[in-house]
Amino acid sequence: MAKVLEVKDLATYFFTADGVVKAVDGISYHVDEGESIAIVGESGCGKSVSALSVMRLVASPPGRTVHGEVVFEGQDILKLSESEMRHVRGNRIGMVFQEPMTSLNPVLSIGYQLTESLMLHLGMTRVDARERAGELLNLVGIPDAERRLKDYPHQFSGGMRQRVMIALALSCNPKIIIADEPTTALDVTIQAQVLEVMKSLADEFGTALIMITHNLGVVARYAQRVIVMYAGKIIESGSAKQIYGDPRHPYTLGLLKSVPRLDESRKEKLDPIEGLPPLLINLPAACSFAPRCKYAIDKCRSEVPQLEMATDGHVSACFRSKELAQLAKAHA
Amino acid sequence: MVLGKKKDKQAKAAQAGATNGQSQPSKAMDPSHPDWHKGEDILLDVRNLKMYFPVNSGLLVQRKIADVKAVDDVSFFIRKGETLGLVGESGCGKTTVGRAVLQLYKPTAGEVYFQGQNIAGWSTPQMRPLRRQMQLIFQDPYSSLNPRMTCGSIIGEPLVIHGLSKTKAERRERVAHLLEVVGLNPFMADRYPHEFSGGQRQRIGIARALAVNPSFIVCDEPVSALDVSIQAQVINLLEELQAEFHLTYLFIAHDLSVVRHISDRIAVMYLGHIAEVANRQELYDNPLHPYTQALLSAIPIPDPVIEEKRERIILYGDVPSPLRPPPGCVFHTRCPIAIGACRTAVPELQEVSKDHWVACIRAEGYRTSATALAPASEAKPK
Repeated sequence: MAKVLEVKDLATYFFTADGVVKAVDGISYHVDEGESIAIVGESGCGKSVSALSVMRLVASPPGRTVHGEVVFEGQDILKLSESEMRHVRGNRIGMVFQEPMTSLNPVLSIGYQLTESLMLHLGMTRVDARERAGELLNLVGIPDAERRLKDYPHQFSGGMRQRVMIALALSCNPKIIIADEPTTALDVTIQAQVLEVMKSLADEFGTALIMITHNLGVVARYAQRVIVMYAGKIIESGSAKQIYGDPRHPYTLGLLKSVPRLDESRKEKLDPIEGLPPLLINLPAACSFAPRCKYAIDKCRSEVPQLEMATDGHVSACFRSKELAQLAKAHA
Repeated sequence: MVLGKKKDKQAKAAQAGATNGQSQPSKAMDPSHPDWHKGEDILLDVRNLKMYFPVNSGLLVQRKIADVKAVDDVSFFIRKGETLGLVGESGCGKTTVGRAVLQLYKPTAGEVYFQGQNIAGWSTPQMRPLRRQMQLIFQDPYSSLNPRMTCGSIIGEPLVIHGLSKTKAERRERVAHLLEVVGLNPFMADRYPHEFSGGQRQRIGIARALAVNPSFIVCDEPVSALDVSIQAQVINLLEELQAEFHLTYLFIAHDLSVVRHISDRIAVMYLGHIAEVANRQELYDNPLHPYTQALLSAIPIPDPVIEEKRERIILYGDVPSPLRPPPGCVFHTRCPIAIGACRTAVPELQEVSKDHWVACIRAEGYRTSATALAPASEAKPK
């Protein structure tokens, strides 16, 4: 299948008074046409910054993408001029942010915000754009869509606002939508509604989807491939079944073991990852997970592990990835 | 163990209180739950709790125009040493229940029996000695710690207020011990909150709650602000402390998988009402209320193989405003199996099997005259 987006060795650093924060430190991945992938990690692991770097939305200064390529539709969009980039953003690449209240303009009506991008990117007339905006709201399941175009963001509930964001992201038929924690601010029953809408529309239009989340559960249902990030690096990636069924990095394994599962049969003790995520300033040249890792050996503390193939399409950056299953069994 | 020590006098008083509670006149009992805790060791018994917040309007003369019915007729009990999970979506009134139980809000109506005494409406000075028994752990570890106080003085403050330590040295020793108990280093007592991470701050909040040797702790979303790997650490800590100090928890959270993990019994709340109460396994195996069923199905399981096979119940619409709750059963506007009678009759919480309570006239085993009232033609899902 054709690759719609390819990220090669992308690195975004923040240059602060305390030192260089390597928020994203050389990550590479690709997204096929119509595919849904997920980037998973805890807060501060660089998952949001990696998405913002792709969109070239990282505040500069202090942030700067120091090297790497983002190949989208055959061209490196990091090399585009700012005005060329504006034709890509919101048009060819849609984005859904975490907080729907702060990402919609509170003083403009929903209709205005939806028609703005249609007129700008697709050259529609105001009347056509208005009609299309109504259709879009209908599509994401907002009842009485025509009338609600006049409403302002504060008149919508959280779930409805996120639907508006999805309509906005879909409005110009993008090739890919990047959703940064799209449901974190929502309640569970609303979360289910919004995800269902997003996934079914992405499937309908053949739009690729990058979901950024910390919730391993959400990802299990909606993503075909999963990328796990830790301390600015990709530490494991593979198909959802490989990641959940046969994790090859102790961090992924730890994440899976530390969430209580709804279907656990008896009260088992959780197996948390001890310690804290590292500060991203002046990281030593070693595996950044080693200080929290149960299975760390001397090599982990002196060398940086590279991503290596574990099985077909499944890579992990761990010196002990082959022994991990046995180690985990022995530990339990 | 310093923490485990309890003054004899206090224990006796508590015991006396408990026996008083058992012999409460029957008029204080909820008529729909006759003798619901025969001979059991009940620490907290909440009956028909109502908490309304007035909405005022008017330029010069403020008039009450409506009530936000945050908690409307909620009854539940907690046995000594158990954890009751209170789960629901934002705005359902779960936090208000926790605060009204602790008398941080004065309940509009209803009774709150703590160790047999009805403490509903008690004044602040009346409550003060009781605060040693009941403590609160807050959701947000960033705003619940005073940034100008050191960690040591935050944890030591309850000791000063309740006069539990005679000398400074004694207090310092106790704070050091508490820090150790929650897995922090005693030398951290001189640091300020901003020097700690989210998980460590939550540990400070827990140490502060433990300082006065409470028997009952309300945990209000204690882990929702934390990252998953840190969440597990705090959940384990709460479980260890419960076993060590025989604590009773009211664990309030929106994440059903976390609640299910830590709780013995779970109460599901929706729009100020309790929809269902059951023990953790029963609630998962045999949910009777349609809201519980939808809530369970909405929670993702981190396993793609299981997720593929799972059926999902997607609820339509949003939670109605508690300012104008719908008549009848508050869930009927979103309920997939609502019938005509649901729009008029408020379903009471009923015990359908041992320890399994549900408030839905359509639930299996629910005895009511309202179901008989419904015309047969309406008795199918809409």
